[in-house]
Amino acid sequence: MRAKVHIYPKPGVLDPQAKAVGNALAGLGFDGIGELRQGKLFELELEASDAASARARVEDMCERLLANTVIENYRVEIEE
Amino acid sequence: MMKNTPGPEITLEMIAEHGLTDGEYERVVNALGRAPNLTELGIFSVMWSEHCSYKSTRIWLKTLPTEAPWVIQGPGENAGIVDIGDGQAAVFKMESHNHPSFIEPREGAATGVGGIMRDVFTMGARPVANLNALRFGAPDHARTRHLVSGVVSGIGGYGNCVGVPTVGGETEFHAGYNGNILVNAMTVGIAPADRIFYSAAAGIGNPVIYVGSKTGRDGIHGATMASAEFDDESEEKRPTVQIGDPFTEKLLIEACLELMATDAIVAIQDMGAAGLTCSSVEMADKGGVGIELDLDAVPQRESAMTAYEIMLSESQERMLMVLRPGAEDMARAVFEKWELDFAVIGRLTDDGRLTVRQGDVEVATIPVRPLVDDAPIYDRPWQPTPAPAALADEGPAVAPMTALSTLMACPDLASRRWIWEQYDHMVMADTVERPGGDAAVVRVHGTAKALAMSTDCTPRYCRAAPEMGGAQAVVETWRNLVAVGARPLAITDCLNFGNPERPEIMGQLVGCIKGMAQACEALDYPVVSGNVSLYNETNGQAIPPTPAIGGLGLIADLDKRANIALKRDGDLVALVGEGIGHLGQTLYRRELFGAEDGPVPALDPAWERRVGEAVLRLIETGRLDTCHDISDGGLLVAATEMALAGGRGLALEAPEEGDIAGWAFGEDQARYLIAAPPAVMDGLLADLQAADIPACRIGQVSGDALTLEGHGHISLGELRAAHEATLPRLMGAA
Amino acid sequence: MKAAVIVFPGSNCDRDVRVALEAVDGVAVDMVWHGEGDFEAADLIVLPGGFSYGDYLRSGAMAAHSPVMKEVVARAGKGVPVLGICNGFQVLTEAGLLPGALLANAGLNFVCRDVHVRVENSQTLFASGLEQGAVLRIPVAHHDGQYFADDETLAELADNEQIAFRYAAGETPGPANPNGSVQDIAGIYNATKTVLGLMPHPERAADPRHGGSDGQAIFAGLAQALG
Repeated sequence: MRAKVHIYPKPGVLDPQAKAVGNALAGLGFDGIGELRQGKLFELELEASDAASARARVEDMCERLLANTVIENYRVEIEE
Repeated sequence: MMKNTPGPEITLEMIAEHGLTDGEYERVVNALGRAPNLTELGIFSVMWSEHCSYKSTRIWLKTLPTEAPWVIQGPGENAGIVDIGDGQAAVFKMESHNHPSFIEPREGAATGVGGIMRDVFTMGARPVANLNALRFGAPDHARTRHLVSGVVSGIGGYGNCVGVPTVGGETEFHAGYNGNILVNAMTVGIAPADRIFYSAAAGIGNPVIYVGSKTGRDGIHGATMASAEFDDESEEKRPTVQIGDPFTEKLLIEACLELMATDAIVAIQDMGAAGLTCSSVEMADKGGVGIELDLDAVPQRESAMTAYEIMLSESQERMLMVLRPGAEDMARAVFEKWELDFAVIGRLTDDGRLTVRQGDVEVATIPVRPLVDDAPIYDRPWQPTPAPAALADEGPAVAPMTALSTLMACPDLASRRWIWEQYDHMVMADTVERPGGDAAVVRVHGTAKALAMSTDCTPRYCRAAPEMGGAQAVVETWRNLVAVGARPLAITDCLNFGNPERPEIMGQLVGCIKGMAQACEALDYPVVSGNVSLYNETNGQAIPPTPAIGGLGLIADLDKRANIALKRDGDLVALVGEGIGHLGQTLYRRELFGAEDGPVPALDPAWERRVGEAVLRLIETGRLDTCHDISDGGLLVAATEMALAGGRGLALEAPEEGDIAGWAFGEDQARYLIAAPPAVMDGLLADLQAADIPACRIGQVSGDALTLEGHGHISLGELRAAHEATLPRLMGAA
Repeated sequence: MKAAVIVFPGSNCDRDVRVALEAVDGVAVDMVWHGEGDFEAADLIVLPGGFSYGDYLRSGAMAAHSPVMKEVVARAGKGVPVLGICNGFQVLTEAGLLPGALLANAGLNFVCRDVHVRVENSQTLFASGLEQGAVLRIPVAHHDGQYFADDETLAELADNEQIAFRYAAGETPGPANPNGSVQDIAGIYNATKTVLGLMPHPERAADPRHGGSDGQAIFAGLAQALG
């Protein structure tokens, strides 16, 4: 089974890298950009009997290591 | 064993793609006694590339002085070594990573730093300091900002993580580097003098060990890329750039040093340019043995790698070792503790051949001696650089204080704080003199002595008069070491030039080396290691000749040293040495008049030595703690740098007669500014007079402005603002 | 006093902090490899600066899950003092021993220079050698030093006097706050003031040769307080 984990800063946490990217895009002439957030994407393969147990395991991984829930949110996608 | 010559037949096109000439290919066939297969062709091409074989420069490099009583190891090993007393040795080298840094500045610079550190710890030394000599294109060139930002973050990102302080170096800008930047990285390490490790393999049957990171398809043909000219399509060569992993490098340092404390290692060599090929061949050649490699045992990061790829990969953070028999298990335990790959990939043989197997196929078998010794050596035709014309019209007079403001803010003299604040220059807690002075000073851990180091080169002198320029680069490092109170010991060099197949470029190279040799000789200051980077050209436009020199000196007692900061109000400031107000090829001409013209300043290395040794005696006797050599920008710039560093004003007396611009901004050589309390200064001047060294009082420390009698003053605040603002502005950070 | 300095793969200020500790009379230091689940009793545990596990994923994240950290957390729970410097501070927040998190510097670049920090709470073990309100000059060297906590946590930190140091104005060039930390926070305590994390490196200002020795007062004070 394959899982994708998206990690991104929580709203309200300063994201200076995203701000810099936004400024650079504006500098290249890309107008009208609203909010821009920069995150991380993990793709992993894991053995699991069903999607629900896979999701539970991946969420546990997020809570314990992949995300720092003080500053980051995560979203898990399971692909069967 | 199945005998096989796998792969396609070698075509003329393949030979050309590998950068071999017809004549060179013929030598390959002669060395083998048959046509090579593709893997063998690849091996020959990297071994015979300019980068590995020094084919264009070898005959000239041999003319450089390399010996002194304190030299433990001169050129030819991974790094040079000098004795620093108390059973300790300093191990150091500088190396270029120019081409990769232009293509991918962050990773190119990072892997340059990683590579040079490996050269140093391979010899058993713990790296204690990094320096970098950087040259970028014009500040307003479209790519400059991107390149500076990438290179600086690459150097910092790597060195900071490994935990070796980046303590000094130089950064300059000139349109001559628009298409070819220079990234020259230097590392200094310290080893016990009786526990130095070399690369000569010995002991038939001894295991050959691979440690560090896994091998991937990185940097294949990096060594040949480093020896080829650029064209506009070069940016598409990106996939060959290696990626650095400083975390693994840190583990590799600790693991290697841990193993080096035992007697397990017979020989060790890092896998740098041309990776497994160059390291295995050099180890075998130096030891006069053969070597057999089983590629299936090489730790691999990617699947289905060919023998060609494995042999030529430039994946980073890898080392090759020969262990004494029976030491494998103990060594493996050390590397496993540090979570690094460890694999026995071959053994030494008595047949004098490099034999490479993959599966049950022999994919390459080459006699080692000819692979090294039959490398072509060229005595390339060269043409001396014509002497520069006399200085033309000097242009309209500029008020000296106006010119000073301009110079203090110009990109080549402005504060480098924006750069060095991105480098951890204090980790290891032995940095005594931080960046911004004449030379970095790093304490030898646990002692009261220190190493001083500086990198220098003045390419505008080298271009106008290569011989003087080569000598001046050596002399300026020497002078910078003296100015902090260090006894200069030896240099490493990084010779960056254009295409040596052009006689005028070869002329620059020959001239610079001749000048370097004269200066090294006169100063008793030999070359102990170095590197050559040629073909720094884009669309036929060569870089200014840039023989970057890295000098190393020893401060015996940290209580007796000097730096550039003015320290006490009321101190007298004196000029040591004398000048004629030479304006040719100065920054003053370039920055104020846009002119890079005229002859270079006169340089006499023997006189430099007399003046410098007299200054050094004043520092070593503990009477002088404030000293700055006069170089780029001349006297008034040097004085201003001292005032800014100390946060104290300075009132200078202007000369009664003569050209004020020449006095203020001339770049006459062999000069220093010194400062001391009046009572002390009398004695210092008397000593200098007794040694027949001209010296005279020119000012006094007071107030909070730089004042030039009869020409006005500028507040330190204003000078500092101008001096500090330039780089942040260029980098878009302010 | 006996101190245990924990060494993670990628720690690089472990030796520096050891030297600074040993420079204080009567201090002995054990270096403890991260793979060790248990280690000898110590009066003080130090998590040094560096780039543990390359700071890959997030600074300090993987070290926080290193075998030795279970033991460090357990001992901290029993009141053994723990000092985390720079990467050590990052590890402490990732391990949950200190609240909040350390984000990339607001300027996005690594920053290495002297800063000034004001002592916000001198009534702790760690501040035994420091005076309330004193301003120390100590170097920083980090890429991820921007302290962040939500408003609720910040209020708790203030109410409970858990703020150890704040960046303060001084004569060094550049902004007083080098990384954009919220409320200029440079270091914080846990609720019981037995765990301290700070971004500046006191071990780099521990010897006159460093160009300043303000940081030594922290080590000397600790040694005195812990015997």
